[in-house]
Amino acid sequence: MTRHIRHAALFCALLLVALLVNAARVQVLHAEDYEANPANRRATITRYQQPRGDIWVDGRPVTGSRDTGEHLRYERTYSDGPLYAPVTGFASQEYGTTLLEATEDAVLSGAAPVLQPLPLWNEFTRSRSAGGDVLTTIDPRAQRAAYEGLRGRKGAVAAVEPSTGRILALVSVPSYDPEPLSGNGRTAREAWARLNADPDRPMLNRAVQRTYPPGSTFKVVTAAAALDAGVVKGVDEPTRSPDPYLLPGTTTRLVNGTDRCRNATLRDAFVRSCNTVFAQLGVATGVERLRRTAESFGFNDADLRVPFPVAPSTFDTTVDAAQLALSSIGQYNTRATPLQMAMVAAAVASGGQVREPYLVERTTRASGGTVSAAGSGAVRRAMLPATASRLRELMRGVVEDGTGGKAAIEGAVVGGKTGTAQHGLGNSGMPYAWFISWAQREDELEPKVAVAVVVEDGEGSRREISGGGTAAPVARAVMEAVLRPE
Amino acid sequence: MSKAGITLATAGPSAPAVRPTGRRGVELALIVLAVGLSVYGYCAVGLARNGTVPPGAAGYGAGLGVLAVLAHLAVRWRAPLADPLPLPIGVLLNGVGLVLIYRLDLETPGDRAAPAQLIWSTLGVALFIAVILVLRDHRVLQRYTYLCVTVALVLLTVPILFPAVNGARIWIRVAGFSIQPGEFAKVLLAVFFAAYLAANRSALTYAGRRVWGMQLPTGRVLGPIVAVWLVSVGVLVLERDLGTSLLFFGLFVVLLYVATGRTGWIAVGLLLASLGAVAVGRLEPHVHHRIETWLRPFASIEAGEGPNQIAQSLFAFAEGGILGSGLGLGHSVLIGFAVKSDFILATAGEELGLAGLSAIILLYGLLVERGYRAGLALRDPFGRLLAVGLASLVALQVFVIAGGVTGLIPLTGMAMPFLAQGGSSVVTNWAIVALLVRLSDSARRQDAAGALR
Repeated sequence: MTRHIRHAALFCALLLVALLVNAARVQVLHAEDYEANPANRRATITRYQQPRGDIWVDGRPVTGSRDTGEHLRYERTYSDGPLYAPVTGFASQEYGTTLLEATEDAVLSGAAPVLQPLPLWNEFTRSRSAGGDVLTTIDPRAQRAAYEGLRGRKGAVAAVEPSTGRILALVSVPSYDPEPLSGNGRTAREAWARLNADPDRPMLNRAVQRTYPPGSTFKVVTAAAALDAGVVKGVDEPTRSPDPYLLPGTTTRLVNGTDRCRNATLRDAFVRSCNTVFAQLGVATGVERLRRTAESFGFNDADLRVPFPVAPSTFDTTVDAAQLALSSIGQYNTRATPLQMAMVAAAVASGGQVREPYLVERTTRASGGTVSAAGSGAVRRAMLPATASRLRELMRGVVEDGTGGKAAIEGAVVGGKTGTAQHGLGNSGMPYAWFISWAQREDELEPKVAVAVVVEDGEGSRREISGGGTAAPVARAVMEAVLRPE
Repeated sequence: MSKAGITLATAGPSAPAVRPTGRRGVELALIVLAVGLSVYGYCAVGLARNGTVPPGAAGYGAGLGVLAVLAHLAVRWRAPLADPLPLPIGVLLNGVGLVLIYRLDLETPGDRAAPAQLIWSTLGVALFIAVILVLRDHRVLQRYTYLCVTVALVLLTVPILFPAVNGARIWIRVAGFSIQPGEFAKVLLAVFFAAYLAANRSALTYAGRRVWGMQLPTGRVLGPIVAVWLVSVGVLVLERDLGTSLLFFGLFVVLLYVATGRTGWIAVGLLLASLGAVAVGRLEPHVHHRIETWLRPFASIEAGEGPNQIAQSLFAFAEGGILGSGLGLGHSVLIGFAVKSDFILATAGEELGLAGLSAIILLYGLLVERGYRAGLALRDPFGRLLAVGLASLVALQVFVIAGGVTGLIPLTGMAMPFLAQGGSSVVTNWAIVALLVRLSDSARRQDAAGALR
């Protein structure tokens, strides 16, 4: 019997060894597969176990976290949600993250390895770093001025600091409150369905995610290319341009919204926004040189990030002469985001230099230590300094005696350019009203702000004036908020 | 086997004054260690969850300590030569089980199971003490062979009269208490098997004819085996309790082999078992579903229905990794239903890691080993078979449930001995440990008597 007891003991031992081997298989060999399984909720639970880091605007957090005591514990809250939604985006337990909440997620959620006190510390202690904070470049007064200015309309505002590229305002209207999307319950689902069904698309960030035909504001780019190329010698010499202008190779006649455009000087053509002059200038400058200038301003750049991706503004290079003529006045396939047009104004304001725009000044640990800070980004030259100074003059003319009079600010030098862009099949849509500008206090050395405003429903009038009528006052309010912080 | 044994063997008959020394001091030290570890775990849960030592820590430690010391005193008084390991192992496993259940109670505030489990543990230790005090010689049990089997069969069949709970008819509910009579039946059947086989060994061993080199049993002695097989299948079909029937059948085959040494029995046993398994797997939807889930644990995720319990259990084990997330810091509660009972091991796996899980499995292994030791040391066939039977019972049960929750074999609802929530199970396991302590004491006594003779 003793021998058989030993056999039975061996059998029991084999059973327990099988258990140990299998436990090692599950807990070590397959552990990563199982942890990465999308049905495994552990990663999600850990993520919401702690308060999320905050997004700051000018020393004040505009986000927060709420302890729900539920399984996914902390939910995002927003103060002034609709105002800052084009900056923060949303952070939803159900629908993911967008904009800064998405690009800075690793810091905010505490998952970024750089937040650890020592390399592999979290892996070793099985802990998670506290969520870090994201400090933005937004100027709350400019942001609010832009938001209030667009109230009741549809449109967007982008404002940057020309000398650095810091984004001072990023507004899209109609906006939405991201807070109801934060959770994972019925509130979030209903808000999600309602926002997606809204024909005005409030979750679309029009300042960076949507391109518009820039219309006459693109004439700044065309003028820069023409001046740099020497196609126009001086701003006060008459250009040899007909009115109306017959688009090359077609029988289509291009007309103006204003008169006195035939053989107008560049200054007059710019101030009055003569389509014929700039169409002809564009064709004379040539697609190659125009493309080079447009691209140095930032057009055709699919990789621009602020840090969330910006829709590429386009300048089509596969065009015939007639299409080039239309492209030069911001029509045809020329499209730009409001942020791109703010960059154009900023380049003029800063002597021809284009700085990559950015939205994040600094990211910090929860304890306050800096994780990363915005360095001086790449600088490109879009035009000669002499050209920039001539364009500043032209843009001042628009505000002082042209279509942009409503943007004038007392005690400051303001330059601008209006635009009315037609769109839709057969130009049936309501035109977009544009205004791009920069402003410099008289007692300061350089312009402090460059801004682009687009209003989608540019009132009823199809006249050029509408850019100056509806968009310019918004730009003025934004510039004033930056120049005169009360 | 032991120092004392060697001393006796060398001393021989010329030194009758030497008495085998009990190792009660070792037992007491190990009990203190077991209680200390349990209290440490209890405090670790509180510290991890709230940053404070839970208010009940002292009471919990005192309760467990008093129970363990009372059990120890009973052993010291009535079984002084017993093996010092089974009692501390029982205390440690029971203590860890209470910690795990208390930890899971924090996730389910509406359903507190730890206090009830502590009461059942008290009853279990009381039964342990009673067995040690009353049962002075295990051979007394042989007198009650047929009483045991009758009571066991009654206990097994009673739940059929009660409504099914979660698909299985294994509970009876009286006055708010649910009892699993099948748990008690296990010990009684082990006693019956050991006694029946000890009495009928020769008939079973030497009868029958040889086929293909195997000694096959005759029809007359085959009867009881077929009867047991039928009872197992009956339990399975009528109560839908795959685990218990597997346990009974495995126990019987092991004891039959040990008693007769005939491989033919194993062949017959395996044949009958596989026939039953295939038939039931095909015909019984409940069991069929379990097998499907075992083969493809993530099928429900791919079908978009979310993870099933096995998948959740595997996720929990995987999260534990080698060192575990730490007590109180895992998310095994995602398993949902039966997380404190059948799936309690997943919590251990997640929060204590492979290291902790291996320690727990090795504790069971040690308990089984001590049972087999006692079986080898005993001289009477009944005692040997009983020790082997009880030890195998623990090994089989641990294998069936731990293998089930880790995806090694199809899941069968069964309680992890000592760890899982379930009063019947805890009480039964304390009875098993009590019998093992008694058997080891008898073994040393027989040893000493044999040596002195």
